[in-house]
Parts: sequence; structure tokens; C-alpha cells
Amino acid sequence: MEKIKSLADLKKRQESLKSKIDLRDRANDPESHIQVKVSMSTCGIASGAKHTMEILIQEFNRHKIDAIVTQTGCMGFCFAEPTIEVRKPGSEPIIFGYVNEEKAIEIIEKYVLNDILVEGIIPANYQSIDNK
Amino acid sequence: MAKYKYHILICGGTGCRASESDQIHKQFDIILEEKSLEEDIQVIQTGCFGFCEKGPIVKIMPDNTFYTQVKPSDCLEIIEEHIIKGRSVNRLLYEDPETKEHVEDSKHMGFYKKQLRVALRNCGFINPEDINEYIANDGYLALANVLEQKNPMAVIETLKKSGLRGRGGGGFPTGLKWEFAAKNKGEQKYVVCNADEGDPGAFMDRSILEGDPHTVIEAMVINGYAIGSTMGLIYIRAEYPLAIERLKIALDQALEYGFLGDNILGSGFSFNIEIKYGAGAFVCGEETALIQSMEGNRGEPTFKPPFPAESGYKGQPTNVNNVETYANIPVILNKGWEWFSSIGTEKSKGTKVFALAGKVNNVGLIEVPMGTTLREIIFEIGGGIKDGKEFKAVQTGGPSGGCLTQSHLDTAIDYDNLLASGSMMGSGGMIVMDEDDCMVAIAKFYLEFTVEESCGKCTPCRIGNLRLHEILEKICAGNGTREDLDHLRNLSNVIKDASLCGLGQTSPNPVLSTIDNFWDEYLAHVDDKKCPAGVCRELKRYEILPDACVGCTVCARNCPVNCIDGERKQVHFINQDLCIKCGACYDKCKFNAIIIK
Repeated sequence: MEKIKSLADLKKRQESLKSKIDLRDRANDPESHIQVKVSMSTCGIASGAKHTMEILIQEFNRHKIDAIVTQTGCMGFCFAEPTIEVRKPGSEPIIFGYVNEEKAIEIIEKYVLNDILVEGIIPANYQSIDNK
Repeated sequence: MAKYKYHILICGGTGCRASESDQIHKQFDIILEEKSLEEDIQVIQTGCFGFCEKGPIVKIMPDNTFYTQVKPSDCLEIIEEHIIKGRSVNRLLYEDPETKEHVEDSKHMGFYKKQLRVALRNCGFINPEDINEYIANDGYLALANVLEQKNPMAVIETLKKSGLRGRGGGGFPTGLKWEFAAKNKGEQKYVVCNADEGDPGAFMDRSILEGDPHTVIEAMVINGYAIGSTMGLIYIRAEYPLAIERLKIALDQALEYGFLGDNILGSGFSFNIEIKYGAGAFVCGEETALIQSMEGNRGEPTFKPPFPAESGYKGQPTNVNNVETYANIPVILNKGWEWFSSIGTEKSKGTKVFALAGKVNNVGLIEVPMGTTLREIIFEIGGGIKDGKEFKAVQTGGPSGGCLTQSHLDTAIDYDNLLASGSMMGSGGMIVMDEDDCMVAIAKFYLEFTVEESCGKCTPCRIGNLRLHEILEKICAGNGTREDLDHLRNLSNVIKDASLCGLGQTSPNPVLSTIDNFWDEYLAHVDDKKCPAGVCRELKRYEILPDACVGCTVCARNCPVNCIDGERKQVHFINQDLCIKCGACYDKCKFNAIIIK
């Protein structure tokens, strides 16, 4: 390992190492990050939720957006799998259905980055106990 | 670099490792490899999470799911359910003792809600054996900034303004200490880290060294630069093998990366650190005794002045700070003294780590802002008293501290308030007692420790403490008189006034504070020959309730001295003259017919 020779050098090194812990870092403060939950039940997985999740993680990284992508159990919208729930800091969560690769990219580019709603929103018919 | 979807954090502190956390780590690795998930999921061993009561702890990120008491056999279920199917494993979640509900993530646990982790910020968050994780989390940034600015006095000024006080027990302002050491001239000044944690029940220094060794190294280098020293020494007890191992790994990595050694970060400043081992004597936590021990002499304190800042290790100006104090320094320099001094009370700034032990539900390591009340610590973070019993007292400051009672529960904890209540901060041990604890016996217990640990150099401590212990033994055996109580008080004051070092000056505190706060209990032992808590063996009296006894003969058959008489199906009797008060009958009786008087 090459020795670190200055403050600037250290900062550069830190930048390149950030990805080692940023997943944990964000999780400590979920409210201020975009949180995406991918429904990963049997029906979700069968409809390609795993691939959707991979695409989401990859796209968030590409856009350098600090997001927390987690998987969750069945949300009950089995007809519209894969389903994802997107919660931007300070706004209500929105559920999108039929999220394949293209849709995932569209959601990030339109809704997440530019606040433009896209097709495929499922009206939430549940409350989560966290919101009470 | 591989992009992981999940991080599995496993506690690698001494406590959790004792309950097989390293096996859990291996098990996860095996399962992940079998399922070809090692590209997606990273398993990381971290330092202590603090929630030792429910260890081993496994935390899944980014979900923040907090699994308690995990066994190696649970790993498969965690992977299959949580990681693959996205359902948390309910039976391993923490159960709130009051609502009986499972708590999904650590943010909603009472244990963590009130905590503010500054010194423990990296414990349970990064891998202590990987310097890269420390760097990624702002590690060595404070040092690099200090070296870049080239103004050692500014560092001392910042520390002075921050209001940081020594966390080892004394509470001396750290900035001031550094200033003295900086002003004194010497050929080779020394920076010493005091890792000789001796208070029974306190383990914050060990946990910091095990969970975040680099923060201590970074702070020591900064310390060296600020006072003009090029040599650091860590005095650590040899009973801390894991801390020593991690410290050694960290020292090697720091040297490799250029944070130690010659020409650190290209600044021209050089600093080296050596580890010195202590044999585990309590008195060596006192800085002059520590220096004696490092020089190879007997661990005995010396007169102050001269203070170590003038003439310490090898007669050179020496700055001694405790591990927890050091752990605060990089954060203060990164976030600014204004941030630090906004936390805490008027004269005690920042946070303090406490080792919560005894009769509370959540035993563990906690860090709270100064000024938090005992009630918040014991009942909110600690989750209240075990088995729904009544709170009686809390001992702070270890053998040097005192007992605080119900009436102190709402006192805001800081250095000065604790002193005013007849106890002290000490290194932060906090032992909670309930109705079943006898305060005279507690005082006796601490005195036993002091008698053992007194170095013997000065008479009041060597002989005085022994006499105190003898009187307490006499009282517990039911032979105490009112005169003995006067002796206890007088002798305590003499020992406090006449002892050379902190050990003797504070050793009678447990006696004095229990006399002050639990006078009735002393009187019960002396006048009525009774131990109200039923602890002191000689004062116990086991009796059989005739109405409840069915004559099953179990007690008589289990009595080791055959002092219980009675025919089958007849009421039994205990011959008090022969009874050795072992309690075997009491434990065996299925009809609750035996009582302690």
C-alpha cells in the first residue's frame, strides 16, 4: 500500500473508499434518503423483482443518488408485480406496479430526479404502523 | 469494487465472541458461499454494539434490523428468510419488555433511543481490523487537517474551548493538561494512553480499543503534535488479549498508510507508538503509578507535584489521557468545539459512556449526553429493574464512588452533581441494585476489592482499609455495636484525608455513602441483628411455616448437616443451633413452607 502523503491525498482515498460503508451510513439516517422497497414475495420474484432490484441499485449508483434499496414481503398487489414503493424524503410513499427494467429506469429518471409522475401508480390501500 | 446489497454486521466484542459470534461469522460465510450470494452480501465483524445483555448481536443493513441472541444454527434461517425472501425473523427480534412487541430496528429500541454515541460512534459500525473503513468514515481526517494547518496551539485552544474533561475519572480539563505538557521543555516528551481499566464492571475502554482502535491512535498522534512529542505509549492490561490484538493490527496498518512513523502525511512530523503491558493492578490506573509501572518499577504512586506534565516517564514531560478521552478528540476537531460544547451541562460537556450492570434488564454499554438523569438511564435505556423488583440504589464510580438512591434518580448526571451527591463519575461503571441487595454487604464487597488492590505504600490506605473491612465483616456477622459505626465514619475520614493517591482518598466512599443513605440498614444489623435484605448469612434465620408444611421430607433429606427433624406427613422443624444457613431447604421446598427471617 502506497503511503498517504497529504490531506488532499487522504480525501481522495476517502472518496474512493466511501462505497465500503455508504450502505451502512445511509441506513443510520433513512429519513433523509430516498427509500425504495421492492416487494419480494413468490409472485414478485417470479415476475422478475430480483432483476428490478439489481437495476434499481445499479441506476441509483450511476446517477450517484444516495438511496436505500431494500426488499420487503408481499405488498398484496400480486396482479401488478414487480411492485416497488418509493419514498422521497419529506413526501408520501408512492407505489408503482409492473416495474420491469425499463419502468425502473423511467421511475428514477422521471420521478426521482425530476418529480414527474409516471404511469403505473397504484393507490395505496393500506397504512403502515410507522405512520400512525 | 463489488457492490453489495446487504451488509451483515456481527458483533465481535469480547462478550459476544464468548457466546460464539465468531462461529456465526464462519457459518454465514459458508452459507453465502453455498448459495452463491457472497457477491451480494458482505459479512463484517464489528466492535461492540453495547447491548451485551442480548448478545450475540447481528445487524442487517440497510434495513437496520437488529437480531439478538443469535446462534450459529440461526444463520440459515436469517439468510433464507431475511435476505432471500425479505421477511424478518421475528423470533430473533428484540422484544420490548413492556409492550411484548417485536422491535424491528435499533432506532425504535428503548435501549438506543436516548443514546448519543460520540466516543462509541464506530463501535458496531465499522470493521475494527480494516483501516479503510475507518478512513471512509472520516478517519484520520482530523489528524491530516491538524498537520496541514501547522498550528499546534490552535489544537489545544480548540480542546480548551470544547470543555472536554478527562473520562478516566478525575475529570480534569484535557485542553489544560495538554497546555501544561506543551509548555514544559524536555528532550523527549511522551504521550501515554491509559488503557488500564480497573473498575470492576467497567469495560468501555476495552470496547473502544476492540471496536475502534484507530480513533485512539489518531488522537495520540494529534496529542504528540500538539505538545511536541514524537513517542507514544499505550499502557494496556494484559488481560485484554482481543483489544491488544486489534490494536496491533491497527498500529501496523497506520504505519503502512503513513499515519505513524516518519514524516506523517508528508508533514515532516514523526511519531511512533509502543504498547506496554500492565499486570492488572487497579492502582496503576493512577497516572503516577502507571508511569512507575511502565518504567519497570513497582506500581506505586508518587507525590504530586511534580505532575507528569513536568516530570513523568523517564523524568520527561508526559501527557497521560484515558482511552475514552482520546476517542472524543478526532470528532471534536472534525465537528468543531461549538458542536461539542453544545452537548451536556454547563461544566460537563459532551457525552459519557457508562457500563450498565447489575439488576437492570438491559445490561450493556451505553453513551448518553452529560446531564441525562439516572432515571432515564436505568428505566428507559436500562429497561427497568429485573423481574419487576424495586429499585434500591445505584453505585457509580466503582470502588471509589458511592451509592445513590431513589432521591437521586432525577439528578442530572455530570462530574459536579455526582460529587455533590457523595459519589463520583469514575470511569463510568454503573451497578444497579434492587431490594434484594444488602448495602452493608455491598460496602464490604468494595472494601474487599480495595484491600486487595491497595499498593501498600501509605499506612492509612494499607491498614485503614483493612480495619474498615474487618469492622464491616463484624457487622455483617451480627457482632457489630453502635461504637463500630462511629469507628467506621471516623476511620473513613482519616483514610480520605491522609492517603497519598486517589485510591486511598476515595476508597471509603462506598462506606460513607451507604452510611449516609442507608443508616437504617446499618442500625438493623447492629441493633436488631437482622439483615433486612436477607443477604448476610450469619443474620439469616430459616423457619418452617407449620401451616404450609406437608411433611414431604424433601428439606430434611437435602439438609447437608441433618438439622431438620420431623416425621413423614408431619410438620418439620429446623434446629437453629446446628443450621449453617446454606439455604438448601429453602430452594428445595415445593410448598413455599420455608421462610427467611
